Amino acid sequence: MAAAGSPRGEMRQFWRTFSRNQLAMCGGAVVLVLVTLAVLAPLLAPWDPNRPDTKKILTAPSRSHWLGTDPLGRDVLSRVLYGSRVSLAVGFVSVGIAAAIGVLLGAAAGYHGGVVDNVVMRLVDLMLVFPRFFLLLAVLAFLKPSIWTIMTVIGLTGWMGVARLVRAEFLTLREREFVIWSESVGAGAPRIIFRHILPNAIAPILVAMTLGIPAAILTEAGLSFLGLGVQPPYATWGNILNDGRDYIEIAWWMTLYPGLAILVTVLSYNLMGEGIRDALDPRLRQSRVGRIVRLGR
Amino acid sequence: MALFALRRLLLSIPLLLGITFVSYVVISLAPGGPLDFLTPEDPNASPEVTARLIQEFGLDQPIHVQYWQWLKRAVRLDFGRSFLPDGRPVLTKIGERLPVTLFLNLIEMAIIVGLAVPIGVLSATRQYSLYDKITTIFVFVGFATPDFWLALLLMILFGVQLGWLPISGLRSLNWEYMSFWQQQWDFFAHLILPIVVATFGGLAGFSRYMRQSMLEVVRQDYVQTARAKGLSERVVISKHALRNALLPVVTILALALPGLIGGSVIIESIFAIPGMGQLMVQSVFSRDYPVVMGNLVIVATLTLVANLVADITYGLVDPRIRFGGRRRRR
Repeated sequence: MAAAGSPRGEMRQFWRTFSRNQLAMCGGAVVLVLVTLAVLAPLLAPWDPNRPDTKKILTAPSRSHWLGTDPLGRDVLSRVLYGSRVSLAVGFVSVGIAAAIGVLLGAAAGYHGGVVDNVVMRLVDLMLVFPRFFLLLAVLAFLKPSIWTIMTVIGLTGWMGVARLVRAEFLTLREREFVIWSESVGAGAPRIIFRHILPNAIAPILVAMTLGIPAAILTEAGLSFLGLGVQPPYATWGNILNDGRDYIEIAWWMTLYPGLAILVTVLSYNLMGEGIRDALDPRLRQSRVGRIVRLGR
Repeated sequence: MALFALRRLLLSIPLLLGITFVSYVVISLAPGGPLDFLTPEDPNASPEVTARLIQEFGLDQPIHVQYWQWLKRAVRLDFGRSFLPDGRPVLTKIGERLPVTLFLNLIEMAIIVGLAVPIGVLSATRQYSLYDKITTIFVFVGFATPDFWLALLLMILFGVQLGWLPISGLRSLNWEYMSFWQQQWDFFAHLILPIVVATFGGLAGFSRYMRQSMLEVVRQDYVQTARAKGLSERVVISKHALRNALLPVVTILALALPGLIGGSVIIESIFAIPGMGQLMVQSVFSRDYPVVMGNLVIVATLTLVANLVADITYGLVDPRIRFGGRRRRR
């Protein structure tokens, strides 16, 4: 994978391929805008997202409230803006947790093989037998819901794809000369795994993580929509949709806009992720990474 | 073949044990055990319920004994009784709901396969055409659309604005006074929106997979050979390529099953369909732990069985798997 050229040359090569992919560039640009909006939400939000106003209950979009107000008279635009912070945070943190677990277990399985490999892969099979939402719900039934619980739980139920991927990479990389050489000069397993093999397997892991973020965002939105995710008064896209659920007959704006926010976010992350994958390595195109992540949803 | 099936069967026994173990770990996650949540404010916390809880979970015993006791009963599908005032056996409650969820999921799968195969094959045979580009856009949008949002939008459009379709439950209130055919139509109309929503996301993923599988097969030597023999493109695609491209589909269907069943959690609670998913959400909210546990074990076991069936079918249709040992995993 990192066969030819200096790191800088590779970066240039990567950028050249990536920037030619118009859809991926659009996706990347939108992601940048979304991250900026999330970071600057306190400055940009026209109203306090949590301040109720009994005089403005369920008012339609207008000049002072671009996206209308909710049943408590709170500004939907401000809530959607603040909700993007929760979504991004959940996306990044839970994918980080999932990747850490996946890399550790996948690396151990691929490097050591034998019993370790067997145990890890059976664990992966086991986790995949549970429909994710049922497992998430069951766990959440027993825990006090908070944003940290949600991140952890989504991470703990989402590492299987990365583990399989890392294992597959390690299986091929561990037979290569540079690994055998390090072994012969007496390097220990942790050193070989983290210093020598892992850097060569980083590209597919990054791609899987990029594509894992939108999946985590969708999951969090679904849980919050059911009322089992991030709890009020935090505004999240799923929460706003849940608040608007009983008013779909009179207040369509509470349903349309937060959902559009989710759609646009997930779509742009996916387009960017696919672009990164294609640019990092043409061989990865239409191969393992894509399929594992796709099926993971 | 029998040997192959037997080996698969034996391999799933540890998984079955694992399912019960994970489910048990989940229940012991609650700090201080499940009783911790039963505060005096909790309407479920009558003294007899508390007593039944202690007895049912054997909370006075060490954890491995508790698991063993629970496992012995779970093997006989005895998951205890619901905490709700009705106190009915968990298995009865699940038994009422299971057929609904299975029925919906089977219909969804049939629709997904029926539509995704032609869509995928056409995109693959016309790679980079306008049609291929449109379906690719559809696939990306399909992946990014939250199913609950789509459900709400369709409810607003077809249920509220146009008033064409019912938006909740499986029957109208006046169902009993309808004629036989009216009843059939009523049931069908109630199914339309949930099924459209549930198939939407799956369709995107599955047609994409079909396209990929077809693109791989078309490049194979035997397809080139068929073309070189002078066969028409139609025959090459439908007879030589399609059959081989369809092989992995069996596995993918089984792998997609947990996703579909998991999706019923949201679909069923939005459309108020009395299935497993709705039961799960309701029992999570009422902290009805025996039902939560029973649900989890049953749903996972069902997926396991479906995987097993898919594995064996795959072995039946593709001799390479049977003799080659392990199947190629993606």
